[in-house]
Amino acid sequence: MKSIDFSVKAVEMKNIVKKFGDFTANDQINLTVHKGEVHALLGENGAGKSTLMNVLYGLYQPTSGEIFINGDKKDIIDPNAAITCGIGMVHQHFMLVETFTVAENIVLGMEPTKKGLLDMAKAIKNVEEISKKYGLFVDPNEKIYNISVGMQQRVEILKALYRGADILILDEPTAVLTPQEIKELVQIMRNLTEQGKTIIIITHKLKEIKEVADYCTIIRRGKYIDTVDVSKTTESELASKMVGREVIFEVEKREKEKGKLSLKIDNLVVKNNRGIDAVRGLSLEVFEGEILGLAGIDGNGQSELIESLTGLRPVVSGKIHVNSKEITNKTPLSILENKLSSIPEDRQKRGLVMEYSVAENMVLENYRVKPFSNKGILNHDEIKVFAEKLIDKFDVRTEGPTQVVSALSGGNQQKVIIAREVTNDPDVLVAAQPTRGLDVGAIEFVHKALIELRNENKAVLLVSLELDEIMNIADRIAVIYEGVIVGIMDAKDANENKIGLMMAGGAKDEAI
Amino acid sequence: MKLFDKIKSKVIGLFLKENLKFTLISIFIGFLIGSMTLAVAGFNPFRAYAIMLSGVFGRLNYIAWVIIRSTPLILTGLSITFAFKTGLFNIGAEGQFIIGALVAALAGYFIQLPAIVHIPVVILLAASAAALWGGIAGYLKAKFGVHEVIATIMLNWIALYLTNFVVTLEAVQIPARPVSHNIQPTASLMFFQQWKVTEEGRAWLLDNFLAREILRTPFNAGILFAVILAVVVWYILKHTTLGYELKAVGLNKHAAEYAGINVQKNIVRAMLISGALAGMAGAFHVLGNTQRIAILAAMEGFGFNGIAVALIGGSTAIGVVLSAFLFGALQYGGTKIQLALGAPTEVINIMIGTIVFFIAIPRLIKILLAKFSKKRGEDNA
Ligand SMILES: Nc1ncnc2c1ncn2[C@@H]1O[C@H](COP(=O)(O)OP(=O)(O)OP(=O)(O)O)[C@@H](O)[C@H]1O
Ligand SMILES: [Mg+2]
Repeated sequence: MKSIDFSVKAVEMKNIVKKFGDFTANDQINLTVHKGEVHALLGENGAGKSTLMNVLYGLYQPTSGEIFINGDKKDIIDPNAAITCGIGMVHQHFMLVETFTVAENIVLGMEPTKKGLLDMAKAIKNVEEISKKYGLFVDPNEKIYNISVGMQQRVEILKALYRGADILILDEPTAVLTPQEIKELVQIMRNLTEQGKTIIIITHKLKEIKEVADYCTIIRRGKYIDTVDVSKTTESELASKMVGREVIFEVEKREKEKGKLSLKIDNLVVKNNRGIDAVRGLSLEVFEGEILGLAGIDGNGQSELIESLTGLRPVVSGKIHVNSKEITNKTPLSILENKLSSIPEDRQKRGLVMEYSVAENMVLENYRVKPFSNKGILNHDEIKVFAEKLIDKFDVRTEGPTQVVSALSGGNQQKVIIAREVTNDPDVLVAAQPTRGLDVGAIEFVHKALIELRNENKAVLLVSLELDEIMNIADRIAVIYEGVIVGIMDAKDANENKIGLMMAGGAKDEAI
Repeated sequence: MKLFDKIKSKVIGLFLKENLKFTLISIFIGFLIGSMTLAVAGFNPFRAYAIMLSGVFGRLNYIAWVIIRSTPLILTGLSITFAFKTGLFNIGAEGQFIIGALVAALAGYFIQLPAIVHIPVVILLAASAAALWGGIAGYLKAKFGVHEVIATIMLNWIALYLTNFVVTLEAVQIPARPVSHNIQPTASLMFFQQWKVTEEGRAWLLDNFLAREILRTPFNAGILFAVILAVVVWYILKHTTLGYELKAVGLNKHAAEYAGINVQKNIVRAMLISGALAGMAGAFHVLGNTQRIAILAAMEGFGFNGIAVALIGGSTAIGVVLSAFLFGALQYGGTKIQLALGAPTEVINIMIGTIVFFIAIPRLIKILLAKFSKKRGEDNA
């Protein structure tokens, strides 16, 4: 049921310009969102979507332009002012206190008190009330570090609602969610708009826009392109408006015989952070010249498997070989030297030193070798030339190699990692969620790069929560469930239903 | 004209660098609160500052004193900065300073060598001992996860009592006095220390006012070493793979680990180097200035002040040198207002405290600035 009130402009941003130094991230952008609407923002990585929303939320001051909330002109000087205007924002990287409970996090800063003391019972009651009202179920007493990413996101949304938000900004909320969690989020968004809330959502997934959004505003390189009625457009029209050219969704892949055995995992056992076996006797083989897609629902041991392959997590038992050399429990450096590279799952935690420049991040694994350094002295010139080459080849939208990575848009940060790892010339590449947060054009590019590696006879282990991605580019598909491989098949024989069933544990008895 | 514009835009660019702007604002606020404190205590702040200014710059020997006082602060500031870049808070610079001073006093007194060898040997020994002292904390952190703040606080006390014990040893102490024997002249870094007290030296100095002014003080070569070491630290951090690794560990140890950088090893390395720098501060203090060590009732604070110096210096080598001079000047100038006005030197501590306080909370200043510029914008509109 649609409940848009066209007589009220909940948000109206007029001619917003935001400059960072000489760089214009937002160039005369207009955005109108009516009350009760789900409005999507679409644009390439670095187009300026997050910047625009940060302006609305008071994190950045616009260089020029005006903001009207419910028809009144507002000066949003900081997030507190935004909250006063009824605006709430859920960032892509959550801002929760890990050691606090759900309820504590939600009421933080606005705690109910009794005689000057924190009234926890009241807090829990309040949280339960709003979570029921909007169908956002959480356990108020659970600690944040114990709950899934999807749950953490609900806590963030509840936090905003608790502060009285009528306008919710969600910056790439689905990038970190499992398909099931995405379905739930869609339902939550529907509940919210039915109750008169207004939602602005940033996402790169066109399917999601078609599913939940009423209107979609497209931004390209900082400029306003168009606002379209989602029900009257198609995914490919959206994509071409966003990129400025036709986008091919299916990548070309030539037939190829797989070669020798390259990555061999034998009966591997790895524990998770809580000391429980997460990988339980997993065996898997990846051959030269193939992309093996590892499908599975998040939390079935994928993260622990990847970390043990890259030397970041100890192997309890079992063996890992790369090109018949054993790398079990070797240091990350020695594993790198054995030519196993990886695109890490968590880009900001593992993949990048955010305060380092783009160039410094490009050589994060190679700074110790010539020509980037010689006898312990860095060669900044060579590093810069190398970085410029990769920036160009991988279309990283940045002011240049000396810009700090934290100033890059989320998707462009991801491109820095991909450029580095693909150029590392690995024999085995473990790619975990490599296209998370990328726009459709960039996804196409990354898929091509992975296929190119495979065509060069390298082994690629693609770990992804997105079945579409795996079905699209993998040669073989393995399904992980509760720490073991429950099925493995040729991509040609795979169908979505069969894999979906296996992912849910339905094929356990036929496990190989 | 073009050149002028270029320089102007350079200078403006420098000021626009957020950090520098905040630092200067913080220093300004520090002086403001210092003057309020003086006023409340019943002293005329303008007079006090005038006295401080002339007490610091009025005569050449005053400037020499400021430099002498700043020398150890440059090095402890560098020490703190270096550890800080690796994400470590080296509270232990104080203890490493004490160890460096102790070893320098002992090696300076007991070892007999020509100056050209003696001085480097003493410095090397002092630096190594202090490096080990810092390295212990680094090792405890890397191996057992003991927090470096806890470990170094303990090591500070151990260093203090160890020194006091060693000074009282018969071979070390001057009988019936709470100090050690003076170091050999061959280990001294003081300029013309021997010559300036000879007949001939005195006669010459009588005719040369400038030289006399400077040599009245224990002016010494420590400052040269300190500045050279600042350049070395800058070079290591900026241009070497060592610096690259240390900073990567400090900024994001998860990413460093992922990239094959040995986090544990770099924690130990950082503490070794940080300790060596603080130890050299102690060594130059003894070789250049005091010539000996004394039994200490409490820690002297060179290491702790290094924390403030590093903070004000924005954790850059050049910033540390400048802020050490500011610190040295404030401390030395503070003694002048006490002499002239009877104003308490605590005012100086309050000023320094205020500066550090405001530097430590740049966000507050940012908010104030934002509000201020907003207001201004509205007024203009
Ligand atoms: N603090 C900053 N300093 C300098 N440049 C910045 C800063 N923040 C963002 N930018 C630049 O502004 C542009 C827009 O960034 P923004 O984060 O808004 O992109 P985005 O549309 O959200 O992209 P993505 O889909 O990758 O998240 C980018 O080119 C980015 O490099
Ligand atoms: Mg973004």
